Amino acid sequence: MGQRMATGVQLVGKPKARLGKRLAPYLLTLPGGLWLLLFFLIPILFMASVSLQTGSLEQGFQLTWHVGRYWEVLRQYHVQFVRSLIYGSVATGITLLVAYPVAYWIAFHGGKHKTTFLFLLLLPFFVSFVIRTLAWQFILADDGLVLGTLKRWHLLPHSFHVLATSAAVISGIAYNFLPFMALPLYVAIERIDRRVVEAAHDLYAGRSQVFTRVIFPLSVPGVFAGILLTFVPAVGDYVNASILGGTKTTMIGNIVQLEFLQNFHYPVAAALSFLLMAVLLIGIFLYAKVLGTRSIQEYV
Amino acid sequence: MSAIVFEGPTHAGGVAPAEPFHAKKRWTRFILPTYAGLVMLYLVTPILIMILYGFNNSGPKRVSFRWLGWSLYGYIHLFAKPDLTQALKNSLLVGVVSTIIATILGTLIALALVRYRYRGRSATDFVLFLNISAPEIVLGASLLSLFISFGVPRGIATIIIAHVMFNIAYVAVTVRARLAGFDRSLEEAAGDLGASPMQTFVKVTLPIIWPGILAGGLLAFALSIDDFIITNFNAGTTQTFPLWVYGAVKVGIPPQVFVMGTLIFMGGVVIAAINVVAARRKK
Repeated sequence: MGQRMATGVQLVGKPKARLGKRLAPYLLTLPGGLWLLLFFLIPILFMASVSLQTGSLEQGFQLTWHVGRYWEVLRQYHVQFVRSLIYGSVATGITLLVAYPVAYWIAFHGGKHKTTFLFLLLLPFFVSFVIRTLAWQFILADDGLVLGTLKRWHLLPHSFHVLATSAAVISGIAYNFLPFMALPLYVAIERIDRRVVEAAHDLYAGRSQVFTRVIFPLSVPGVFAGILLTFVPAVGDYVNASILGGTKTTMIGNIVQLEFLQNFHYPVAAALSFLLMAVLLIGIFLYAKVLGTRSIQEYV
Repeated sequence: MSAIVFEGPTHAGGVAPAEPFHAKKRWTRFILPTYAGLVMLYLVTPILIMILYGFNNSGPKRVSFRWLGWSLYGYIHLFAKPDLTQALKNSLLVGVVSTIIATILGTLIALALVRYRYRGRSATDFVLFLNISAPEIVLGASLLSLFISFGVPRGIATIIIAHVMFNIAYVAVTVRARLAGFDRSLEEAAGDLGASPMQTFVKVTLPIIWPGILAGGLLAFALSIDDFIITNFNAGTTQTFPLWVYGAVKVGIPPQVFVMGTLIFMGGVVIAAINVVAARRKK
């Protein structure tokens, strides 16, 4: 109402002021929008272009529209590609299972200390991502804090190891992205109208029925937001794979990084990351279609 | 209504739980809190490890996970590694500069999105969404493709460009959330009382939206100082703190890394706590 009245007032005002008002949103969006256009959207076109070039670092690269490159990189690296998607899915599933009860407990039983518990969930974000992962390397190392002690007590065989296995990489990813899952879940569960839950109880729904037929369906937007916010960075991550993993746990991110920054095979790296983007974009667009773009921003 | 229903006899028996329909369950009531506590402990464990290893008595050597006894060596000789110190300085510089730029640009976008209905509004909105949900590796690799195509040498400037790029959307979204409940009539009142649009903005609008801008800026700084993947692609030979630590993983980590990590952690927690307390006092 207030807004409508305000525009009404503006319409009576001087035409010059009206023009200013009409230009205002564009002037406000321009600087940031330009930055995003130049350094976010246009670079994606350049990445596509680089992926279709041929040549070498010494002789220079030329755009030859070498579309076959995409088949070549898929043939060479489909193992890492599929592995990344599997690791990402498993890690996302784990974070969902681990985080849901916690988010539910904080939202429904957190009481006065809700903020404190949320703060604890967010605490890992105050530590550098690389250091967090490194700390897990210390914990899981063959003769580190946990395994070293257990081996000294002869509770584990000497050859037992966790590092360089898929389990280490997946659990590292799950740890690092757990808050991304927990927060949207919390926001969604917190938002549930308690009267609806009470009504379900009044209508003789059992505890599990209240959960499966009322609480969980109402928290689904949070579940989707959490899955998107966890799965996308998890698939593209290579810090966990390189610090906690070994040669058999290489993910697509490791390959892109290697080809771009060490081997200088720019077209190969660009093609791989373009493929990765395409795969993840399908998910992102589906999400935006079903739930809208605003919903994800509410959870950031 | 239902509150009256639950004021019944279930409530009378001893422990008055928040939701009386749980009263029947006895030991099972402890499962969820215990589980939540364990998960929180799990989240905090690596942080404790980091703090602990800042006290590892490794001397000037680089060690990884061998525990050599307690020492304040890392704290006393915090800046003994010049390249590590330089990396930290670079991180702080990039953090401050990119935060200032991203906060201004992001706030302007937020103002446009909240206050105006204009052509291109939903497109702007979608670009923000895309920027936030795109995987970091794609953002980093595509920006590097641009720099490679134009032969731009990578260094501190390209890192700053990259950090502004991924922070604008976060700032815009944070500020917009805080702007949502903004009472426009205050501005109209200022205008009616003869204030120019500029005066109105500086004296009325800015003080009200300032907490939101501050929150957006703090988030941007935190994201900047922690970023690894996008920075790694666009840094060239320049080191930032996370890049240095990553590079040191294979060679061994000196205790200074953990001390710096601990200090950054403490600083972040203190600022966040002040923010929470200040927000509460306002209420």
